[in-house]
Amino acid sequence: MIPKTACLKILGAGLTGFLLVAVQASDQAWGNSPVSEQSVKPDTLGWPARFGLGRPATAKEIAVVDIDVWPDGTGLPAGSGTVSAGKALYTAQCTVCHGATGTESATLGGRLVATSLTGREKAIGNYWPYATTLFDYIRRAMPLTAPGSLSNDEVYSLTAFLLQANQIIDSTVVINAKTLPKVVMPAQKFFVPDDRKGGREIR
Amino acid sequence: MLLGGAATAAVAITQTSFAKAVQIGIPEKAFGPDDPTKVPGAPPGELGTRSKFEKLLKSPSEISSRTPLQDLYGIITPADLHFERHHGGVPVIDPAKYELVIHGMVDKPTVFTLADLKRFPSVSRICFLECSGNYRGRGTNQKLSPQDICGLTSQSEWTGVLLSTLFREVGVQPKATWFLAEGSDAAVMTRSVPVSKGFDDAMIVYAQNGEPLRPEQGYPARLFLPGWEGNASVKWLRRLELADQPFMTREETSKYTEPIRNGKIRQFSFTIDARSVITYPTYPATIQKGWLEIRGLAWSGRGKVRQVEVSTDNGKTWHLAQLQGPVLDKAHTRFRYLWQWNGSETVIMSRVIDETDYLQPTLRELLTARGADTGGYHLNPITAWEVKPNGQVLFRPEV
Repeated sequence: MIPKTACLKILGAGLTGFLLVAVQASDQAWGNSPVSEQSVKPDTLGWPARFGLGRPATAKEIAVVDIDVWPDGTGLPAGSGTVSAGKALYTAQCTVCHGATGTESATLGGRLVATSLTGREKAIGNYWPYATTLFDYIRRAMPLTAPGSLSNDEVYSLTAFLLQANQIIDSTVVINAKTLPKVVMPAQKFFVPDDRKGGREIR
Repeated sequence: MLLGGAATAAVAITQTSFAKAVQIGIPEKAFGPDDPTKVPGAPPGELGTRSKFEKLLKSPSEISSRTPLQDLYGIITPADLHFERHHGGVPVIDPAKYELVIHGMVDKPTVFTLADLKRFPSVSRICFLECSGNYRGRGTNQKLSPQDICGLTSQSEWTGVLLSTLFREVGVQPKATWFLAEGSDAAVMTRSVPVSKGFDDAMIVYAQNGEPLRPEQGYPARLFLPGWEGNASVKWLRRLELADQPFMTREETSKYTEPIRNGKIRQFSFTIDARSVITYPTYPATIQKGWLEIRGLAWSGRGKVRQVEVSTDNGKTWHLAQLQGPVLDKAHTRFRYLWQWNGSETVIMSRVIDETDYLQPTLRELLTARGADTGGYHLNPITAWEVKPNGQVLFRPEV
């Protein structure tokens, strides 16, 4: 026996609220053949609170991949680096793509060192808003042909050298998890959130 | 003998145990009989091939590869012609070893295998994906095709699990406002994305046009953010970390940001503004007098295309183009406009209006709003084409 109207409450992800579906089922239209309610009810089970898929991630396995560094320094590892060690590393491993001084423009890796804050060419000193991004990026992606091969001390040293080359720190500053987040980048004050919003005004 | 000359052309016809011929390569001569009705054709194959007469190719550079927009029809980009942009090459990832970890400000830090992701309710959606650095029309070169100018946009039917489903599964905490998406390519590329986008319409996709993702598109699984700049749809996705602030990664600070007026730099400019481009007739096509159909694509990251207008007199007058259905949300939409070319020199162009009433601007209007030094991100100008009396069609740079 089919009810004239069956109201089915379907929980859509528990996020979009619920949807009422009215299923009109006329005995005459269907002949009198028995029609399973299942055949006219989508998602009759609804969604469970959780599907129970996946397995718990252990702190240990998260730590292996959790390599990001936050602007406040969260995620920075132990260790430290100096400008002089960074300069030697830069000369040995970075000049092939970034040029001898980092001020070169037409390089595969692009310009790294700004000579003035208002210079048009984007570089670390006139465009990068956070010093922590240097450590995060060098550690995850550099050098191009052997990403992830640098030790934490080497990454700190390269960070120190590049900050010094951009005249943001002096050559005696040691860069580590405490000092790096305190470095204020000159370009940070220029950054504003997206203000485009559709409509007729071109922004 | 079937396919005469098979022994000398690089052909391989294998006999199955059922004695059926199976084509696994196509012999040179099978393509070119003068009369195809007099020679048996190639037998059924394991994998379809494109006609030898069609030369559909992406145009690669060191960092990207462009879709041949001028050679395609309809709205779906064949997966092997989808544009590419990557920051550390295309990695090889064994799907059996693939894992996605979601952690940070969640109740249940969880590891999902690819099989886990595929067990969740699946959603399919046709959407464009476009790189925000998709305009190469500044300068004086007129021998540029749509592929050269804006070939870093493509469209697919994407299939996967809604990110909101996974967020619910792991219990995203109310204080979480951003999440980091991290790829497992050699750049271990990262972007920060607002959690609101994750709950709105973000997906973790594992299929494209009915097949598993292509490696260049993030195999075996990627983030997909409808309507947003392609870089944020992180490929080869290995990790999502929920947090209460953006992470300020390199790709959202020193890259994918644009200088605007008053010395400011616009950041987290995710949405792709509306754009249209004529794909025929354009360079390198040559046309003849008489009737022809101007065809193109229009799309908006803010919703549906509302209308497309075409001008055949250098922007003096505009005419409504036909929108070819389906007109989908955040999707390439095909437009067409019937035109009788009288053989005289003119300029043709198109402009789109999306459902927010945004009108595609000129390059001059964009540079006026943002300043001349804005760089190359989020440039979506009206693109014009010169039609010469001899039928040659050339790109017409604006400024």
